[in-house]
Amino acid sequence: MTVILPAPRGSLGTGTGLLWLRDMLRIRRFEETCAQLYSETKIRGFLHLYIGEEAVAVGTMEALTPDDSVVATYREHGQALLRGIPMKVILAEFYGRAEGCCRGRGGSMHLFDRTRRFFGGNGIVAAGLPVAVGLALAERMQSGGPGRFGDPGHVGDNVVACYFGDGAVAEGEFHESVNLAALWRLPVVFFCENNQYAMGTALARSHSQTNLAIKAASYEVPAWQVDGMDVEAVASAAARAVEAVRNGAGPHFLELLTYRFRAHSMYDPDRYRDKGEIERWRARDPISILADRLREAGALDDAGMRGIEDDVAAEIAAAVAFAEAGQPESVADLTRFVTSEGGQP
Amino acid sequence: MSVGTRAVPTGAATGTYREALREAMRDALRRDDRVFLMGEDVGAYGGAFAVSLGLLEEFGPDRIRDTPLSESAFVGAGIGAALGGMRPIVEIMTVNFSLLALDQLLNNAATLLHMSGGQYNVPLVVRMTTGAGRQLAAQHSHSLEGWYAHIPGLRILAPATIDDARGMLWPALEDPDPVLIFEHGSLYNVSGALSDPPAEVDICHAAIRRPGADLTLVTYGGTLPLTLDAAQLLAAEGCDAEVVDLRVLRPLDTATFLESVRRTHRAVVIDEGWRSGSLAAEVSARLMEEAFDDLDAPVGRVCSAEVPMPYARHMEQAALPSADKVAEAARRVLAGG
Repeated sequence: MTVILPAPRGSLGTGTGLLWLRDMLRIRRFEETCAQLYSETKIRGFLHLYIGEEAVAVGTMEALTPDDSVVATYREHGQALLRGIPMKVILAEFYGRAEGCCRGRGGSMHLFDRTRRFFGGNGIVAAGLPVAVGLALAERMQSGGPGRFGDPGHVGDNVVACYFGDGAVAEGEFHESVNLAALWRLPVVFFCENNQYAMGTALARSHSQTNLAIKAASYEVPAWQVDGMDVEAVASAAARAVEAVRNGAGPHFLELLTYRFRAHSMYDPDRYRDKGEIERWRARDPISILADRLREAGALDDAGMRGIEDDVAAEIAAAVAFAEAGQPESVADLTRFVTSEGGQP
Repeated sequence: MSVGTRAVPTGAATGTYREALREAMRDALRRDDRVFLMGEDVGAYGGAFAVSLGLLEEFGPDRIRDTPLSESAFVGAGIGAALGGMRPIVEIMTVNFSLLALDQLLNNAATLLHMSGGQYNVPLVVRMTTGAGRQLAAQHSHSLEGWYAHIPGLRILAPATIDDARGMLWPALEDPDPVLIFEHGSLYNVSGALSDPPAEVDICHAAIRRPGADLTLVTYGGTLPLTLDAAQLLAAEGCDAEVVDLRVLRPLDTATFLESVRRTHRAVVIDEGWRSGSLAAEVSARLMEEAFDDLDAPVGRVCSAEVPMPYARHMEQAALPSADKVAEAARRVLAGG
């Protein structure tokens, strides 16, 4: 019923591989910096780090175009960076500055960028799925294709990429949304980031069926499990799924098997995970896997790695300086954006 | 007391509240290609309350969309479609079921604009039936519009007249932000004059439905007819009551009822919701804050009894506001001070 898609061997173009490596390191180092800034109390609220899961965002977002839409979760820093929101603007948001992408009103869990069709950032588990289905419905209705029960798909739609975790699959909204998307054959691709824990609850303690792809498959949605620590495998599966969705095949579901190396949030003492388990997953660090492969192919050496690290460090230093110099939004603007300006009289 | 037999001016075209709602949707669907209707049984069934009867045949299944019984998904999909450039009308069969979509309404529809720093407005319209009075017992008799009126970012409408049923939808669709329209179940069969051309109505202000000098009765939605009946009872006793229909529960038009009470110096607020934490409590508090010196007596309230709604008719009637209860509360306020 479901298949695990392997990475296509020998297909890695070294140019692409180096870009992926750079993107994963941007996310990794950015998140590490955020953790440091959090401990310095520069960043407050909840902060959920993506460390360990970088291959998922990098491999999946490779398949998207600027006209596609992205709906993500409260652990969305990686997707936000990859979508092109400038690092400095994201960090200014974490600092609560007016220069932040949401003028300091969203924070880490609620990053948005209208120009990039980035629809959040959502602090409620599974709450993004219905919104993604609706965006896909709008796409379909405006493209002139059908999109109702029993209709064939429509070729050429823009795609909505919807990210959520294994915890979301236990929510009713997951089942309602996947069913609705399948029923109306909408152009949405569901990226399930299965990092094995719903906050502190292990997969097997919250799901009677731990193969989550089977659940999606029960709605007649093509559903594959993918090694989420291998960016090549992720990119290959995502490209295949997104192409199918774009060509009118209806929604697809990818269960990306991954792991967060850090705790759930900065509040989490991480008492519920076995240290050995963490070490086993760390041994499959997605950045190391890719870097080793690139070294074997002769595309990367120590100097090359240093060059990437230096570039990333410079970008982060500039982002920190920008956020530090940011201005607080005026409290006089507290009630702005509750309703639209220039709306009803 | 039946409201279905209320007198209609002779010679005027008449119609029901239900027909007025349907005509408003038909008009919106014709005027704007971005508008579509989605909800449970809105298509083949014609709407649980027959509001959308005939629209599927006229506009087809793309624009009159039957959904699965998945309130959270189809309300959230309405939000997504609105973000994506459409102008959805989402029908939730009743307010009782809206609780299954409350997270989408509160945490997404009402919140996205602010959380995104003004980037993403949500031009969504949600219609739903509200209220008791049909012996449907505790799970199908809620009046929870007051809960929704608590939420910044939403506009809450309660059409109580034929003209409002006909006229509120289009300005709601033009609103760049989410609008919830609450249709009281007891009003669907009410007949009245249909203005031709349709009356232009706003979705910002309260309205004075009956002018009076001695007392202000503030209400909205399903309790407007019985409040007008109470004003008749009081008139027979020599009391000239003014009736204010709030129409818009959020943002609340405070000015209209304040101005009225500054003339009459006495007020009773009528609200089918439970008394504690009710919309009536909010109106009362605003009167106390802003018109304390104008009041000759404490503000009275008539709300539903604080019980889950019972099934038996006499018990349900005992729990709900009635014209007699409103008149009695008015008499107490008139005797006070």
